[in-house]
Amino acid sequence: MSRVMVVTSGKGGVGKTTTSASLGAALAQMGQTVVVVDFDVGLRNLDLVMGAERRVVFDLVNVVQGDAKLAQALIRDKRIDSLSLLPASQTRDKEALTEPGVERVIDELRERFDWIICDSPAGIEKGAALAMRFADLAVVVTNPEVSSVRDSDRIIGLLDSKTRRAEAGERLEKHLLLTRYDGARAAGGEMMKVEDVVEILAIPLLGIVGESRDVLTASNLGCPVPLHNPASAAAKAYVEAARRLMGESVPITVPGERRGLMSRLFGRRAAA
Amino acid sequence: MSLFSFFTRGRSAPVARDRLQLLLAHERALGGRSGSGDLLAVLQQEILAVIARHMPIDRDKVIVRLDRGDGVSTLEIDVEMPDRAPARN
Repeated sequence: MSRVMVVTSGKGGVGKTTTSASLGAALAQMGQTVVVVDFDVGLRNLDLVMGAERRVVFDLVNVVQGDAKLAQALIRDKRIDSLSLLPASQTRDKEALTEPGVERVIDELRERFDWIICDSPAGIEKGAALAMRFADLAVVVTNPEVSSVRDSDRIIGLLDSKTRRAEAGERLEKHLLLTRYDGARAAGGEMMKVEDVVEILAIPLLGIVGESRDVLTASNLGCPVPLHNPASAAAKAYVEAARRLMGESVPITVPGERRGLMSRLFGRRAAA
Repeated sequence: MSLFSFFTRGRSAPVARDRLQLLLAHERALGGRSGSGDLLAVLQQEILAVIARHMPIDRDKVIVRLDRGDGVSTLEIDVEMPDRAPARN
């Protein structure tokens, strides 16, 4: 059964597109068929991060408006066969996406793919609302920084009220992905700790991606993080997050710390 | 003060956590986690509708404002009544 997953955050620049591309690549490497859909109409970037910018012919808006068939707009990744991209358009017309149109495209994608990853634009306007509208689960990307945490809290509220699942009274899984985390600064009290953010947002933690040079390098090269340098900590963090999405139980490692978060949580609980 | 700043230097994370916890507790209580903006808009509309049932009022003359304090938060509803004369005659 296919799953529609929105990658969202409210705030811009926290790593939604990097995360969409990286989780998509990691899931595809595990044998899943994956499509990553860029909902940022007018400011598309997923194509660039995935290294497919020169292969875009048709886009999501063309498909929604019926000007192109889905098969014409889908771009298959050159590195992994089971990974595809549906780019956003560069048109400035924000009204180009309609709810019935998006629903039709998502339904069609459900027939072809195991995972439909919706890369949300920043903000809480129409594009973000449509990206989350048909989601079965959500990955909330958050930096350990006040404005990002506040915006994530707001987005969680919208996920709980403005999605089809929420309106039908069904459960919508929400996962927190903490990015740009710096364990050393957190240990020094300069940055909120993982536990702080998890406690404030009160949704389960999917993974922690530490601040890393590899992330910028990968985007410079147009390559999802797990494919660029599989040995890097960031790549491992994304691959482990993807395994958790597949239902595997993988202990979470906090960047910059030796012991796993779980052992620390359980250790503290046992002591309390 | 210098002693205080010596100990707290670089330890801004607990401040961030505490500020967020306080703020988000307010925002969630007011908007069912979807934020206070929606709640205020709804309040304004409904208050406007109730008053409009009984007297003609100017849409822009109803102001709903929320002030958050450390101890007390206030919801202020400011309705400017229309001039009696034109309404009655």
